[in-house]
Amino acid sequence: MLLIFNRPGFVEELSEDERTALFGEVDELMKELADSGEWVGGEALVDPSETRTVRAADTAGAPPVVTDGPYLEAKEHLAGYLTVDCDTRDRAVEIASRWPDVRFGGRMEVRAIMGESGTEM
Amino acid sequence: MRTVEEVLRALAPQVLGALVRRHGAGAFGACEDAVQEALLAAAVQWPREGVPEQARGWLLTVASRRLTDRWRSERARRDREAAVAHEAPAHDAPADADRPADRDDALTLLFLCCHPALTASSQVALTLRAVGGLTTAQIARAFLVPEATMAQRISRAKQKIKAAGARFAPPPPDERDARLRAVLHVLYLIFNEGYTASSGPDLHRTDLTAEAIRLTRDLHRLLPGDGEAAGLLALMLLTDARRAARSGPGGALVPLTEQDRTRWDRAAIAEGTALVTDALTWSAPGPYQLQAAIAAVHAEAEHADDTDWRQILALYRVLAHLAPNPMVTLNEAVALAMVDGPRAGLDLLAGLDGDERVAGHHRLAAVRAHLLERAGDPAAARAEYRRAARATTSLPEQRYLQARIAGLARNDGLARNDEERREPTP
Repeated sequence: MLLIFNRPGFVEELSEDERTALFGEVDELMKELADSGEWVGGEALVDPSETRTVRAADTAGAPPVVTDGPYLEAKEHLAGYLTVDCDTRDRAVEIASRWPDVRFGGRMEVRAIMGESGTEM
Repeated sequence: MRTVEEVLRALAPQVLGALVRRHGAGAFGACEDAVQEALLAAAVQWPREGVPEQARGWLLTVASRRLTDRWRSERARRDREAAVAHEAPAHDAPADADRPADRDDALTLLFLCCHPALTASSQVALTLRAVGGLTTAQIARAFLVPEATMAQRISRAKQKIKAAGARFAPPPPDERDARLRAVLHVLYLIFNEGYTASSGPDLHRTDLTAEAIRLTRDLHRLLPGDGEAAGLLALMLLTDARRAARSGPGGALVPLTEQDRTRWDRAAIAEGTALVTDALTWSAPGPYQLQAAIAAVHAEAEHADDTDWRQILALYRVLAHLAPNPMVTLNEAVALAMVDGPRAGLDLLAGLDGDERVAGHHRLAAVRAHLLERAGDPAAARAEYRRAARATTSLPEQRYLQARIAGLARNDGLARNDEERREPTP
C-alpha cells in the first residue's frame, strides 16, 4: 500500500497550470498502473478538518468520547492511499517516487499488506 | 463420468494449440479469445444437449468460426480469413491426449505461456488461462485482485509474446532445458500460491493447488522421461498430503513436527513417494526430486520423533551443492540442529547474515529463534521471534510467532521442548 501524506490545502496555493499538471500526472499514473495490471485499488480522503476522532472515556464504564478534528496535530496528514500488486518492493517504491505530491513537500510511505498466506514454520 | 467442466478444461489447451499452430503465435491473443468463447458456448450447450462425440472437433470448429468472424469484422487479413474459411475442422479426429500432434501442441503452448519475455506473475496468469482453461474472473479471485486488473495482465502478456516475435514451435534444443525449468517453476508458483493460502475463508485460492497438480500431472504424462517433472509432481502430492493437518482452530499454523499425522493423506503420500523413488533410479537428481525425497522422508515417519534427520540432512547437503540458495541453507540448519544439536545449526545460520537475499527475512529470524530456544537461551530467542514477527507479511505466521513469544515469557526463562533435543548418537 502506498500512503500519501501531504499538507491539507496545498493544492489551493498552486497556480492553475501546476494544479492541472498535478491532476494530469495522477490520472496518467493511474492509467499506467491499470494498463500494467498492477492497480488494485485506492481512495482519496476528505480534508482532515472533517475528521471525527473516537477514544475511550476517562471514566470507566462511560461510552467512548467523540471529538471533532484529527487525532494527531500535524502539518501533514494522510490524504489517501493506493494499493498496487507489484513483483518487487523496488517497483512499488518507484511508483511512489513518481507521485506528484512528493514534489510539493508531501511524503509517500510504501508498506506491505499483511496476507492470509503462511507456510508451516 | 467426467463433468462437462473437466472435459472442457482438458480439451482447452489442445484446441488452443491446434489453432495457434494453424495461425501462428502472432495470432495467439485472438486464438485464445476465440477458444474462451468456444468454451463458454460449450458450457452453455453441452449440459443441455450432452457432450458431442467429437468434442474436440466441435470446439475447434466453433473457435475457428469465432476467429473468422472476428477477422472478417476487422476487415483485415483476407488471406488468413480465406485459409480459415476453407478449413474443415469438423472432420477432426476424436480427442485423444496421446496423439503426438496434440501432445506437442500442449507442450508448445506451455512453453509459450512461460516465455522469458514475461514476468513470473504474467506467466502464471497466462498459463492458468490458456492451459488451465480458467476464466479471468476465477484467476482474479484466486490472486485477490480485481478482474479488470487480471484481464489487463493477461492481455499484456499476450501482446508481449507477440512483440517478442515468439513462434508456435518447440524451443530450440539449446534453450529447451532452461525453458522447461521456467515451466516447472511457474507450476510450482501456482501450487505454492494455493498451498500457502490459509484453509480459512479463501477456498478459491486453495483450488490452485488442485489446478497445479492437474497441470503437472499432464506435463509428467507428456514428458515421462523428465525426472524433474516427476519430482515436481511428487513434491506437490507429498506437500498437499499435509493440508488437513497444517492448520488448527481459526487457521492457526501447525508446525510440521507438531502435526497430527493421522490426518495426512496416505494415498497422496504413497503416490508421491513411489514417483520420486522411481525417478531417482533413472534420472540425475534435480532440486524438485530432492525436495520431494525430503518430503517423503518426513512422510514415512509415523511420529515426528521417528524422523530420519540424518537422511534429511544428507539430502539438503546434496541440494545445497546442486542449487545453493539461502532458503536451502536455512532448512539444512534445521536438519543439522536435529542431528548435532542447536548450536551446530546456529553456527551454520551465522553464515547467512551477510546474504542480503535473506538477512532481513523473517524466516531466518524465526529459525534462529527456534534454535536459540532449544539451546536454552530464551532471552535471545524472544528477541529473534520478535524480529521475525515484525518482518513477516503473513497473519497466520505472525500469530504463530506471537504465540511462541508468549509461551517463552510465561515460562520465564525455562528452556522448553527439552524432549525435542537430540543428543548425537555416537
